[in-house]
Amino acid sequence: MTRPPFSLTDRIARLLPQIVVAPGFAAILFFVYGFIIWTGYISLTNSKMLPNYSLIGFRPYERLFQMDRWSVALENLFVFGVLFILAAIVIGCLLAVLLDQKIRAEGFIRTIYLYPMAISFIITGTAWKWIMNPSLGLETVVRGWGWESFSFGWTNDSTLAVYALVMAAVWQSAGFVMALFLSALRSVDQDIIKAASLDGASPWKIYIRIILPSMRPVFMSAIVILSHLAIKSFDLVVALTGGGPGYASTLPANFMYEMTFRRNEIGVGAASAMVMLATVAAIMVPYLYSELRGKKHG
Amino acid sequence: MADSASFTPGNTGSNLALRLALWTVLIVFAIWFLLPAYVVVGTSLKDLEEIRGGSLLALPHEINFSAWRHAWSEACIGVECSGLEPYFWNSVGMAIPSVIISTLLGALTGYALTKWKFKGANLVFAMILFGCFVPFQVVILPMAQTLGKIGITNTVYGLILVHSVYGMAFTTLFFRNYYVTIPDELVRAATIDGAGFFTIFRRIILPLSPPIIVVSVIWQFTQIWNDFLFGASFTTGGAQPIMVAMNNLVNTTTGVKQYNVDMAAALITAAPTLFVYIIAGRYFVRGLTAGSVKG
Repeated sequence: MTRPPFSLTDRIARLLPQIVVAPGFAAILFFVYGFIIWTGYISLTNSKMLPNYSLIGFRPYERLFQMDRWSVALENLFVFGVLFILAAIVIGCLLAVLLDQKIRAEGFIRTIYLYPMAISFIITGTAWKWIMNPSLGLETVVRGWGWESFSFGWTNDSTLAVYALVMAAVWQSAGFVMALFLSALRSVDQDIIKAASLDGASPWKIYIRIILPSMRPVFMSAIVILSHLAIKSFDLVVALTGGGPGYASTLPANFMYEMTFRRNEIGVGAASAMVMLATVAAIMVPYLYSELRGKKHG
Repeated sequence: MADSASFTPGNTGSNLALRLALWTVLIVFAIWFLLPAYVVVGTSLKDLEEIRGGSLLALPHEINFSAWRHAWSEACIGVECSGLEPYFWNSVGMAIPSVIISTLLGALTGYALTKWKFKGANLVFAMILFGCFVPFQVVILPMAQTLGKIGITNTVYGLILVHSVYGMAFTTLFFRNYYVTIPDELVRAATIDGAGFFTIFRRIILPLSPPIIVVSVIWQFTQIWNDFLFGASFTTGGAQPIMVAMNNLVNTTTGVKQYNVDMAAALITAAPTLFVYIIAGRYFVRGLTAGSVKG
């Protein structure tokens, strides 16, 4: 590699890795970064049905934050995000620890817990919407068993619709968190555990004091991935609640779609997309940075 | 897990109780996970009368596939009453090329970035990686404009382009993380023997790649088949992928609501990815964790 490039073919051969990476990288530059700039620009214009390129400053953002629909979407995202992440992690972690107790048929049970990940949010939403059907769904069945006050028609109740989203999203993702934790549990250093149990620590204590704390990176990954999923959530709302009743269960992604494709408010739609991007970046950039750095040192 | 950390060292009564509690929790969750599948399959096999008259959880009186036939070839989606069949093939035609293109791009990029480290390779990787996490809302508007300019709006080619580009971010991550674990010495030795970039890829890297290729293909297929946002944003009418058509079928049926057809449609739509999961679940899990544990 010290020999200077002489012929053209030689030079091409040396540059081949760059040449191979170039088209894909160029596509990413254009379709990701170029588009972000484009959307950012449009978010500063008065675009309605078609893009309009004369800048008007931050007025679309002002309008965005004055809209009740947007505050509802943000509030929903907060409630949905927090509950979804918490529940998915608690349930996923619990299932992983339980499955780690030398369970017979572990593989089979794992398959059951994880299959929702293969399904789209549209299917999940459709199925749960049917189960929550107020007249023919689970509510009627359970009331028929004698529990008269049982209520499961969440999708039609403006205060409960968000919780319907949380429930279905947790159903879809808890198995994934379980798989994540299970593989981490199995890579914990066995010698430390043996030493602790020789010292007389109870299995319970070993979990709480040694195993779970050593899994902090996995907790971090799970939180980051789940919050990313939460911010992007779009299909589930479409299929399960349609954002309703009214716009009670709208999330930012649905707000953006509504403004852009249905209400001819491209400028406001672009502004909402930029706010979403900023939120994701605030979570992802420090995470990716520490991951990539950690890799170099490790 | 280590023997010492399990809850099973003895045969005391409290241990039995713990074991029982453990199984109860596991089974309750299994029921929760299986409930939608049971209800959807059950409903799709009933007729409307049985759905209205009977319990949601009751088994169907007889196995009746007419709702399936209806969903596949007769149900109305918008004004077209062609069932899901044409949309199913739309999705197949969209998914197969996108999976191949994005996997190929990811493999080559991952290989070049790990085994032929050039100046700035890490920055290039970081910038591609961020593409995995960009909320797509930020790209759909300019994408709609671009597809219009090229003249492939509302075609399968438009969706292939979209899925190949954004899928490449994930496949690059997969292959890069996998190729990092292949010793550089292998490549160095081959370079000394005079082998070039593509020869080494073909002779050394590709033969070692089947596991990660399977992971990438499964992940991409699932993502693309299950996509709704791009399909809904860039296609209308007859060009829609099945996920969008299925949602329209469920939400816009006029007249009597045919729950059994809705559920059959959901099952038909979910079948390909479920099938992949059942035959290759192991790789499926690996894809999920590969995308998350360590960038």
